[in-house]
Amino acid sequence: MMQAQNSMITKTLTGIRGFDEITGGGLPRNRSTLLVGGPGCGKTVFALQTLVNGAQRKKEAGIFVAFEESAAHIVENAGTFGWDLPALVRKKLFFMDARLSPDVVKAGEFDLIGMLQLLEAKAEEIHATRIVFDGIDVLLSLLDDATAERREIYRIRDWLTRTGLTGIITQKSGGAEVDHRYGFLQFMVDCVVILRHQVVNGSAFRNLRVMKYRGSGFSGDEFPISVTREGMQLTNRGPTELTYEVTDQRISSGLPRLDNMLQGGYYRGSNVLVSGSPGTAKSTLSGLFAAAACVRGERTLYVSFDEGAAQIVRNLQSVGIRFAPHLKSGLLKMYSTRTRGPNVEDQYFALRAQVRQHNPSCVVIDPLSALSTKLSHVASADAAQQFLDFLKGEGITVVNTSLMDGLSTDEATATGISTIADTWIHLSYVVQDGERNRALTIVKSRGTGHSNQVRELTLSDEGVTLTDVFVAQGKVLMGVARWEWEQEEQATSKRSETAMDLKRLHLQLSQAEAAARMEVVRTEMEARSAEMGVLDLATGSQSKLIATDRAVLRKMRHADDDAGAIVKRSRTSRRATRKHVKKGAA
Amino acid sequence: MARILTPSEEVQLRLYVAGHAPNSVRAIANARSICDEHYTLGYGLEVVDLMMHPLRALADGIVVTPTLVRLSPQPTLRIIGNLSDRPQILLALGAGA
Repeated sequence: MMQAQNSMITKTLTGIRGFDEITGGGLPRNRSTLLVGGPGCGKTVFALQTLVNGAQRKKEAGIFVAFEESAAHIVENAGTFGWDLPALVRKKLFFMDARLSPDVVKAGEFDLIGMLQLLEAKAEEIHATRIVFDGIDVLLSLLDDATAERREIYRIRDWLTRTGLTGIITQKSGGAEVDHRYGFLQFMVDCVVILRHQVVNGSAFRNLRVMKYRGSGFSGDEFPISVTREGMQLTNRGPTELTYEVTDQRISSGLPRLDNMLQGGYYRGSNVLVSGSPGTAKSTLSGLFAAAACVRGERTLYVSFDEGAAQIVRNLQSVGIRFAPHLKSGLLKMYSTRTRGPNVEDQYFALRAQVRQHNPSCVVIDPLSALSTKLSHVASADAAQQFLDFLKGEGITVVNTSLMDGLSTDEATATGISTIADTWIHLSYVVQDGERNRALTIVKSRGTGHSNQVRELTLSDEGVTLTDVFVAQGKVLMGVARWEWEQEEQATSKRSETAMDLKRLHLQLSQAEAAARMEVVRTEMEARSAEMGVLDLATGSQSKLIATDRAVLRKMRHADDDAGAIVKRSRTSRRATRKHVKKGAA
Repeated sequence: MARILTPSEEVQLRLYVAGHAPNSVRAIANARSICDEHYTLGYGLEVVDLMMHPLRALADGIVVTPTLVRLSPQPTLRIIGNLSDRPQILLALGAGA
């Protein structure tokens, strides 16, 4: 049955970004739509924009019947939008001034039969398909008769059905959403759109809700709207299913050591959150990223809040980050705006417009949390998230900074942002020995391995560097303490080097001593053996003597030849012994 | 009751109506009756039917029907409705004279 109804209803696009999405195609064609809202909600803008879009994009002519303001006035007011209304008025749009001048006298009941007749004639003449009745209550209230008013509105409805025009009727509402006087209108028409204006914490918000849509599904939530130069737009809640294109491509963060910590840099198309207290060099880190992107030749948009572009350029220059050439070449565009300017919705729409205009592949938002004062409102938190969503959908790599004091407190304030961030880098101060030093930590990084180490971030004229921090005696050392520690380390190593040299010398000395001692011992050995030789000799000659004596004795006693052989051998032995002694003395 | 007749003046009136719609039919009758009664020296009353000449009415800036326009004497005067509120009409025409 639903299917059958759907096929009966045809829709006509309003061209209002977001509205056509939530209604699945715009307003019901050839039917009547009621726009309800208080003053300043944008009823007229909504209605007029529908006509303008129809005329511009689909070449459909339209009629605007103005009961409240003069037609000239409406055309003039619409001049703030880039619609070129005067040109359209000549060709496709017809404005009917349906105000009654104040000095018109009312004498009896009247009706709209004649007006509808002439509108029909006009519609035929210009082939109009859309018609707006803006502020018809002004006229009808002159009837001063509820029944007569109702009768005339039914007359319009029937007329719309008969002529096949797509009609928009605007209706004012006071504080209450439903004005009982015209309450029946909402039952009568096919589609009811409610526009609301509210002020929360001093910031104005406008939103839109589709209350009724006969024969069609629709999203009945309140959607924030904003009116910018391009007209009214509506913040859709983003695609319900997250389907981003992902890439493995890495791009540099602008800081080589940080790239190493992230094992290759940021993923292209990812969202990087840099959080930290004031002055922790968040902007510097963002600046590095932007400059690196420009050096790669990528278009980059730098959005800053409450800080002028010139000032940022100068400040970054002081740490060796140069924007000037990129600004000149047009690769880099800076967009500075105030936090407390227009309402959040308008700001995000302005940002979107900037993104569309510049078409960057890298975006820096510094800081996103400047809007945190307004983040209390659900709509604006939504807006921030949707903006990031939008950038992600476009495949743009985003570095946004967020003002946070500590890791524990921020989770509540920036939940939306920190959950959407793919890489979260936290910068903090470490106060130690009377100084503040910057420490960098990677809180999370989706899909990349990352270092768990704290690094010290140092800024100087030459640029930005990341330094290892020293951990000594259970303490992280930074700044001067780290320098001292480094000096101390150097001194210690020098000392130990000297000590080693000394030791080596000592050892060489003892080695030399030992060698000398060994020589002495050897010499002594020789001396001893020489002595022993002498001793042998002495003992040998003595026994030879004895033998000789014996031989002599035997000779004298005429012994046999055997004794002669012994004498001969002893002589040889004595000669050898003598020789030995001579050598030992040398 | 204001006197609305100035014999020397020429009275020119135009009544815009929408075919045979009840208010229009009544307006024509009421207009004739009032004029006959008060403009005894003569008047001109032109009835324009929007059903026949819609674009003419558009050019004349007519918003609702019926609308009675006094073209002369000056200033131009517009009265809307079926002209059933006689005292109101007489007051208006008299004040404008």
